[in-house]
Amino acid sequence: MSNPGTVSLKDQFLNGIIKENTIFKLALSLCPSIAVTNNLKNGIFMGAAVLFVQVMVNITISLIRKVIHPKVRLPIFMLVISGWVTVTQLLMAAFVPDVYAKVGLYIALIVAFASILARAEMFASKNTILPSMADGLGMGVGFLFALTVISFFRELVGKATLTIPTGLSTSHVITLMNTKPLLIMILPAGGFLAVGILMAFFNWIDSLYKKDRHASH
Amino acid sequence: MEMTEREQRLIVAVSPHVKSEESVSRIMWSVNLSLLPALVMGVYFFGPKAALVTALCVITAVLSEYLFERALKRKVTVGDGSAVLTGLLLGLNLPASLWSFHPFTVHVPIIGSFVAVVITKQLFGGLGYNIFNPALIGRAFLLISFPKLMTIWIQPTAAFLGMDAKTTATPLGILKEEGVGKLVEVFGDKMNLYTQLLVGHRAGSIGETSAIALLIGALFLLFKRYITWHIPVSFLGTAALLAWVFGGKDPQTGTMLFFAGDPILHLISGGMLLGAFFMATDYVTCPTVRKGQIVFGIGCGALTMLIRLKGGYPEGVMFAILIMNCFAPIIDRGFKSKVFGAVKVKETKK
Repeated sequence: MSNPGTVSLKDQFLNGIIKENTIFKLALSLCPSIAVTNNLKNGIFMGAAVLFVQVMVNITISLIRKVIHPKVRLPIFMLVISGWVTVTQLLMAAFVPDVYAKVGLYIALIVAFASILARAEMFASKNTILPSMADGLGMGVGFLFALTVISFFRELVGKATLTIPTGLSTSHVITLMNTKPLLIMILPAGGFLAVGILMAFFNWIDSLYKKDRHASH
Repeated sequence: MEMTEREQRLIVAVSPHVKSEESVSRIMWSVNLSLLPALVMGVYFFGPKAALVTALCVITAVLSEYLFERALKRKVTVGDGSAVLTGLLLGLNLPASLWSFHPFTVHVPIIGSFVAVVITKQLFGGLGYNIFNPALIGRAFLLISFPKLMTIWIQPTAAFLGMDAKTTATPLGILKEEGVGKLVEVFGDKMNLYTQLLVGHRAGSIGETSAIALLIGALFLLFKRYITWHIPVSFLGTAALLAWVFGGKDPQTGTMLFFAGDPILHLISGGMLLGAFFMATDYVTCPTVRKGQIVFGIGCGALTMLIRLKGGYPEGVMFAILIMNCFAPIIDRGFKSKVFGAVKVKETKK
């Protein structure tokens, strides 16, 4: 955990994307990363929903942090989170009903995401609005990035197509190959494989950078 | 435990006292050798395609093991024969029809072999650390990924002369879809059915069809004591019993008839013998304690028959062994042998 106050907003933002990426580094919230990522469009919208909830929860908690009694803080955090998740749910049901029909269940599950409660508890409840917002943005973008990469990989390998959202209700499907794709990759077992492979890949890249940093010092 | 004469002599030295000539690589190469009769029969019945598919699997397995170990700067263990064995077993478990360029399906054995060696074995730490039988995971991966391609079966012998072969259903496929009456009709009469299955003149995976060839290999392994009777006998025994009790069907109504099944038919069709003697007995993924091995075999047999008789797939050996692989550590823990001289300490409640 970075020490609040001494870190710049930019570093706080980047922290959630690289150093503490929810999926690739902390291995949290793996449930949606496997369940909804067999289609690029679903993955992107799920990630966007989490990004929205994370930022709004961080801002709200940071705003009310001084009036929350420490003994009841967790129930209050949960109330705030479920409130914003309900907002997200209703918004998605209204504006992207086709996506909501597929990922709706997992949108409701955002309430129970360890990553969101953890940021509220460890960061937003101790920091002012701007760092909390930067932190929420970073964590959310990191999650969105991870889900996009995983769903891109799974749809490409498992279905040989890519569903690219071009608007709220429109999307463009590209068919890439005529050969038979690896069907297992869009099934849950393939989800675990994809997350594992990508996790290893990003940690490997990260280790290369770390080596460089050590070498330059 | 029985005491041999050698153990009764008083030896004052640090163990091990008697070193065996056996080594991992020697055993692996022997198992490879024991699979040769099945491979020969497969090539005889399904033609050059069978040999090409198997060769492709073996080459990919060896190459991917070599490259992965080089990439991770591990000790290269290609020489111990385990990668060859994985490739060979996977090849024997695939249909020969996969060697085809129109439509292009040659990549299928390559993917399976890569998954078997790299994902199932090397990612878990190499030989001895894998939870599942690598060849079976390779096959399961392919069956789930390419359900259509993996169930195109070539008609035997017709394939031997020309490369364009007629396709047909496996005996278990016919049994599942149309019942035993149709199966007997296809093969002429019941005696003919048994003989054809024993020799291997039937559709199926390359190495699973010839019961006699598999038994020759299995006898060699049993004779050399590389495998013991526990797993194969409990596996096949349970399967035969369940096939006899629950395998019967009323030909008119299709309802189940108790004690009317055909155990022999179930034992010599599908991948039962290949699985029981060569896959379930894999040292790494089966329990090490004898009693545990019997439980393991019973579980494999019961699950196989459950899938064959009630499941969606005509054949269940692969999934049965993979499911029991998960249980191997827990079975081992349950049947842990007592340490000689150890006294059981009463657990004190806090």
